[in-house]
Amino acid sequence: MPKIFINDKVVEVDDGITVLQACEISGIEIPRFCYHERLSIAGNCRMCLVEMENSTKPVASCAMPVAEGMKIKTDSEMVVKARKGVMEFLLINHPLDCPICDQGGECDLQDQAMAYGKGLSRFVENKRAVKDKHLGPLIKTHMTRCIHCTRCIRFSEEVSGNNQLGTIGRGEDTEITSYLEKTIDSELSGNVIDLCPVGALTSKPYAFVARPWELKKTNSIDVFDAVGSNIRLDSKGDKILRVLPRINENINEEWISDKTRFAYDGLNHQRIDRYYTRNNDGKISECSEDTAVNILKSKFTDPKKNKIFSLCGNLIDCESIFSLKLFLEKIGLKNYDCRQDNSFFIPNKRSSYIFNSSISGIDESDLCVIIGSDIRKEAPIIGARLRKKSLDKTGDYNVVRIGYQYDLSIDALELGKSFSSLTNLQNSKYTKLLKKSKKPIFIIGQGPLCSSEGENIFNFVLNLHNRIVKDPNWNGLNILQNYSGRVGALDLEFYNKKNIQKNNIEDIYKGKYETLYLFGADELEFDKIPKKTFIIYHGHHGDKAASRADLIIPMPCFTEKEGIYVNLEGRAQISRQVKMPIANVEHSSIFFSKLASSLGFQNDYSDLGSLREIMFSRYPILSKINQFKSEKSLKPSAFSKKFSKNVIISNIPNFYMTDSVSRNSPTMSSCSLQINENQNKL
Amino acid sequence: MIKKENLIFTNLYGFNEPSINFAMKRGDWKGTSKILKLSKQEIIDKIKDSGLRGRGGAGFSTGMKWDFMPKGSSRQHYLVINADEGEPGTCKDRDIIRNEPHKLLEGCLISGYAIGATKCYIYIRGEFFNEASILQKAIEDCYNRGFLGKKIFGQNINFDIYLHYGSGAYVCGEETALIESLEGKKGQPRLKPPFPANVGVFGKPTTVNNVETIAVVPTILKRGPNWFNNLGRENNCGSKIFCISGHVNNPCNVEEELGVPLKYLIQKYAGDVIGGWNNLQAIIPGGSSVPLLPKNECENVLMDFDSLKNAGSGLGTGGIIVINKQTDIVKVIARLSEFYKHESCGQCTPCREGTGWLMRVMNRLVNDDCTVEEVEMLEEVTHQIEGHTICALGDAAAWPIQGLLKHFKKDILNRIQKKQVA
Repeated sequence: MPKIFINDKVVEVDDGITVLQACEISGIEIPRFCYHERLSIAGNCRMCLVEMENSTKPVASCAMPVAEGMKIKTDSEMVVKARKGVMEFLLINHPLDCPICDQGGECDLQDQAMAYGKGLSRFVENKRAVKDKHLGPLIKTHMTRCIHCTRCIRFSEEVSGNNQLGTIGRGEDTEITSYLEKTIDSELSGNVIDLCPVGALTSKPYAFVARPWELKKTNSIDVFDAVGSNIRLDSKGDKILRVLPRINENINEEWISDKTRFAYDGLNHQRIDRYYTRNNDGKISECSEDTAVNILKSKFTDPKKNKIFSLCGNLIDCESIFSLKLFLEKIGLKNYDCRQDNSFFIPNKRSSYIFNSSISGIDESDLCVIIGSDIRKEAPIIGARLRKKSLDKTGDYNVVRIGYQYDLSIDALELGKSFSSLTNLQNSKYTKLLKKSKKPIFIIGQGPLCSSEGENIFNFVLNLHNRIVKDPNWNGLNILQNYSGRVGALDLEFYNKKNIQKNNIEDIYKGKYETLYLFGADELEFDKIPKKTFIIYHGHHGDKAASRADLIIPMPCFTEKEGIYVNLEGRAQISRQVKMPIANVEHSSIFFSKLASSLGFQNDYSDLGSLREIMFSRYPILSKINQFKSEKSLKPSAFSKKFSKNVIISNIPNFYMTDSVSRNSPTMSSCSLQINENQNKL
Repeated sequence: MIKKENLIFTNLYGFNEPSINFAMKRGDWKGTSKILKLSKQEIIDKIKDSGLRGRGGAGFSTGMKWDFMPKGSSRQHYLVINADEGEPGTCKDRDIIRNEPHKLLEGCLISGYAIGATKCYIYIRGEFFNEASILQKAIEDCYNRGFLGKKIFGQNINFDIYLHYGSGAYVCGEETALIESLEGKKGQPRLKPPFPANVGVFGKPTTVNNVETIAVVPTILKRGPNWFNNLGRENNCGSKIFCISGHVNNPCNVEEELGVPLKYLIQKYAGDVIGGWNNLQAIIPGGSSVPLLPKNECENVLMDFDSLKNAGSGLGTGGIIVINKQTDIVKVIARLSEFYKHESCGQCTPCREGTGWLMRVMNRLVNDDCTVEEVEMLEEVTHQIEGHTICALGDAAAWPIQGLLKHFKKDILNRIQKKQVA
């Protein structure tokens, strides 16, 4: 622990950190533009210059490692002068168009110019103008404002791993560009907007929409994938205007995916705000709540009510699912499930459906085996974490992959595309690799688990895992869930234990059930469902299900209510309410309690609070908000080593359109189009 | 000043052939195997004793630089020769490669052995096509004679030399930018620390040396460090090639002892200033990156690292640019500002933004289209750049203007006032 002197005060700091970090620890602010905690050190903005004893020149504190007895001054005349000088240089070619710049109010350059700048300009020559670049539908560029900090370049090289940004030109003609006039195709590209310290890269959908000080900020969590990234929703009046990441080292660090960031505009489109029924002529028309309730009553009191099947969707919060479950239990219905893809899991065994190592456990692991997952599309945040680990210079980290070779932006050892390639793991070359590993992680995607071979694969991998792992505290069997509502629904046992292995979805397609109650479930293939099946859709978006439904019941979406979501690690987190529900639509728990009382049942709960109490008493795991609870690994059941030659593919063909919200988001549609365009260009 | 027998580069002018046979007749590759029998540390110590300072511009002790290389490590070490001679007014390395390539190659082998490198890259300026052809031929000849390759001189020494062409960026003459460029990246200087001796080419320990530095190493070791140490002045030992250009009757390269008077150098070898010594306006003594010296300073100044530093300039690469009185000195410096603006890599803010600013103000100054306050500002801006950048290009852009303003400010202000009155 070296002792250093900062402004004559002794500070004891960790070895290996930089002077800038040491100053930060001792509470001294050092201005900076190019330095970012999660990116490599560039040291080129020169804003962080400090005075160091025995050095005639000021040194860049971001790049200078601390050393015993170092004497640093951050407030000397030399430093103040250096900062003023650098700031003047940064501003001479900066357009100073703050009044029309979207970064205004949250601009590093603006703030630091106020704090460390000269206050007036001596530059009378013409300013530089730079042509704007087309970086796709998400990122708006105004390259004249660029101060060449290269954060965006380092992000694309180091975090997202697509190397699509770089500099061309030299000296003052340096430009940041995507080289070939190509748009960025990365699932994390939106993060460069946050990284850009000036208004050179701003959000296209948010362009000229609001000023930061006008926005109401709500800390919430993301529901567009199962990672549960921590986000901040910025809203003005009744509209969500943008989504920003919040730092959570255990989950998303500082990044969020483009879907998380930009799919929010889907919440303003195709919303279901009233009741509809299908008339005899086959057309849908608006109806009153009473009509709808009467239809429901007739269905639920029908003596053939065992012919009703309830499915809950992928974006539903725990409270809503639980209120439906309570209702179904009350009226004695047993046919329900939360899986529209028939994904394999073991009832009541949490370890069979969560990401057991936890996301931060990736950092601890020493080997990664990916089985049939397109991580970049299924969970970009986990992909970035894995990439960070694989690039870690301290050790050689191997990533082994079985399944279709999607672009992973990590160098992986490819074992083959098909299910049968799994047995290649037992080749001597790979057994050696596996045996060396003490903390391996096996990431199994939903693609293989939803296939008919899901159970076999699960047990095969589990068996392999248990043979390698000696540490009883390490469980590296990671199921990569795709949907934010899934783990919560499984925790709430929203399935019929008795027919768990049966293919319920096939039964629906075969017409075994007369009535379907779709609780936000949108992912079925509706043209396969027989025409005579009566479909009730209870959801918030007029998407695939609504167009086929015979009765439509509105529901508030996740930004319009508070709710618990359990992420793929099994970590319960609370999503907060940002605004009032559209058209004052009732919370589904209220709807079900009303329905139950109209059917003559007693109410167990009066509001969300009491509903939660019941839920927590029955499922205490959900009350552990923000906590990760590790599970012991299971004992594998019998399995065969015979696998088919089919190619293992991912369940997510299009990253930008995975649910009813993102399918209705204009921004996500244009991303989707852009990807096609890029592919056509190639 | 320098005695004929003390000249290192006996074929500097190319009166003889550069080929291996003629080079060996001149004494190259003679006794090399004996030198290679010395231990690595012995060679480093001898170079330290000789007082050799790097000839690329900074004048850092070569022996010390070699001593920084990690010892007894199993990592691959590299020797990189900086032949990206881009400093305006400098043309010594070009002549060494053209006429004395074997001095360089012999030096590579010995220095490489001393720092524990088995691989050497010569990063040659892309424009030096003919020189690179000569050097490539020389490398091939060495391989054929067994001077390079495996088991050199029957000893357990392996050494390979690769020639790498630059693409004409001035900044790639900076050692870390050169390393980046060699790795195939954009030529931009790296942050130090870590220094190349620890993390250099491909992340491995690397020493980067100038052509002239390496080319004199074999002669030093053959004739002994004391011989070299006795040439020149204290702490500024040995001989050096000076490149005299500009307004002289006979522009030339000449090898002389360090500490030779500037006036002597110009009058003896370059045929004096055009129009006579009294027609001299100023001299840039060390390549374009150092501040100029006005005539009165040139009278007695000695050409070595310390004397020039005391005179407010620097020896740099030893490229002497003579400017006579028929020249507009402001225009000269404005041209240099344009050069630095063009060659700034664009990485650090002060240099990227500042060089363009300097150039624009200088260009206006040429036409006296400036206010008195702007001249003050110009000086301040140079100080804002100087010392605030990763590499020395920022300093190099600032110094010529600082030199100009130090010695010619009065004239410039007079010119501006005259124009304003008119």
